[in-house]
Amino acid sequence: MENIIEIKDLHFCYEAEDEDSQPAEVLKGIDLNIKQGEFVAVLGHNGSGKSTLAKHLNAILLPTSGKVTVNGIDTADESRIFELRQCAGMVFQNPDNQIVSSIVEEDVAFALENLGVPYEEMRRRVDESLKAVNMYEYRLHSPTQLSGGQKQRVAIAGIIAMEPKCIILDEPTAMLDPQGRKEVLAAIKRMNREKGITIVLITHYMEEAAQCGRVVVMDKGRVVLDDKPEKVFSQVDKLKSIGLDVPQVTELAWELKKSGLDISPEIISEDECVEAILRIFGNK
Amino acid sequence: MLRDITIGQYFPGNSVIHKLDPRFKIIITILYIVMLFTGDSLLCLVVGAVYTVMAILLSRIKLKMFVKSVKPIIPFLVITAVINLLLVNSGEVLWRWKFFKITDEGINISLFMIIRIVLLIAGTSILTYTTSPITLTDAIERLLSPLKKLHFPVHELAMMMSIALRFIPTLIEETDKIMSAQKARGAEIDTGSFMNRARNLISILVPLFISSFRRADELATAMECRCYNGGEGRTRLRQLKSSARDYIALAVTVMFLAAAIIVAQMTK
Repeated sequence: MENIIEIKDLHFCYEAEDEDSQPAEVLKGIDLNIKQGEFVAVLGHNGSGKSTLAKHLNAILLPTSGKVTVNGIDTADESRIFELRQCAGMVFQNPDNQIVSSIVEEDVAFALENLGVPYEEMRRRVDESLKAVNMYEYRLHSPTQLSGGQKQRVAIAGIIAMEPKCIILDEPTAMLDPQGRKEVLAAIKRMNREKGITIVLITHYMEEAAQCGRVVVMDKGRVVLDDKPEKVFSQVDKLKSIGLDVPQVTELAWELKKSGLDISPEIISEDECVEAILRIFGNK
Repeated sequence: MLRDITIGQYFPGNSVIHKLDPRFKIIITILYIVMLFTGDSLLCLVVGAVYTVMAILLSRIKLKMFVKSVKPIIPFLVITAVINLLLVNSGEVLWRWKFFKITDEGINISLFMIIRIVLLIAGTSILTYTTSPITLTDAIERLLSPLKKLHFPVHELAMMMSIALRFIPTLIEETDKIMSAQKARGAEIDTGSFMNRARNLISILVPLFISSFRRADELATAMECRCYNGGEGRTRLRQLKSSARDYIALAVTVMFLAAAIIVAQMTK
């Protein structure tokens, strides 16, 4: 599979506010390649630079040094910025602040209207996108009548309508209740599975990251871990040292192993954990 | 308490008037206003009154709503009527006290003014009652689009209006939250002297403004991420199509206008 996102030695500094202060370096040399169709979670606690990294993927921010290429387009190339943004859609944290129109279906159509898509094509894509996130029956509602999870799914529909190759989600579930979080995550997973859209999910929920195909852990502007979720979460000590938790079941397995039981620390789902524990006691 | 505010007062429905093309509705409303101002005798208003009653019946909106729309201007109506009653000097004097006098013409003019204003409010309410604010914005944008040639920012204005409409409920909710938060910390918003309450309002306005700016910033980024690039080359999901119905409505209105003009000429 081809790389859709290529990041080479990316550095980024916010400009110094006055002459005396040092410019704050937020990203300190990031190398990262993401393949078409991957489902990647980017983990890190506040200030680790994960949101800043996300903003580089569709040219909201441009590298201070280094290079970011998405689908072969250099993000610094201003003449191709709309092509880039169509190819790499972005969903933000607060659904209220990214919905433009007072009618759900018109909001989903917003990007298509901007791109000058003809009416028939627009109608088809809007209906398809709304069905893909299970919001079709709400197409004539006002966003204010919807719950947080529903609003965020509308925002996602607005992005899929552009038919992007890759979607970057910057903590899309941070402001939602558990039910809304479940709905949104299910919608994201379906996009990845059924349409083969590459997903970059910025999050600080370990349980969400555990469901991805690959986890990138960031700390202080650097990538510190980059592997499958089982491998990443089995390094409990390292994650704790940079202030991150691991999923509860992983921690349980890890504690059990420390106390001498024969259990793999690479457990990330409840089912796996139940099975492993049953096996231990079954053997006795 | 703030949640009760309704903006635009749109009542969804399926009547003939609801289904009219909003562009035609705006033009018809303008013709209607012209109709009410053609003559200056009570007889002229009969035409307008018949037209208004017809439109109200067709819109299938409860008469109660129209009464409600007129209510806020009752003080204004009373003042207009009293001034006209007392200060019109011509005509037969019916009653006199010091230098005030009431003449038959004064009564006529007062009645005429009241009826005209009531018709004006009730008639124009039909427009806002049967058209959603967002459709209205859309229609205004299209009607004004010839002005684009004069570099008048029609699209930008319409976009601002529709975003404002979109955010009104969101900001009302936010204001509610801030008020509760400030009350929880002992701010007196509903009680205390007027000056005190005014001062305490600042504690609501400042956070509200800051959060609005933050929202605006985020919204702008989100719009750019969805390739927003001004009005140039945009297509629309909402298609406005005029049908025979719209032309008939326009023709009927023009006929009424003509009738009003003829009556005005005859009663001169």
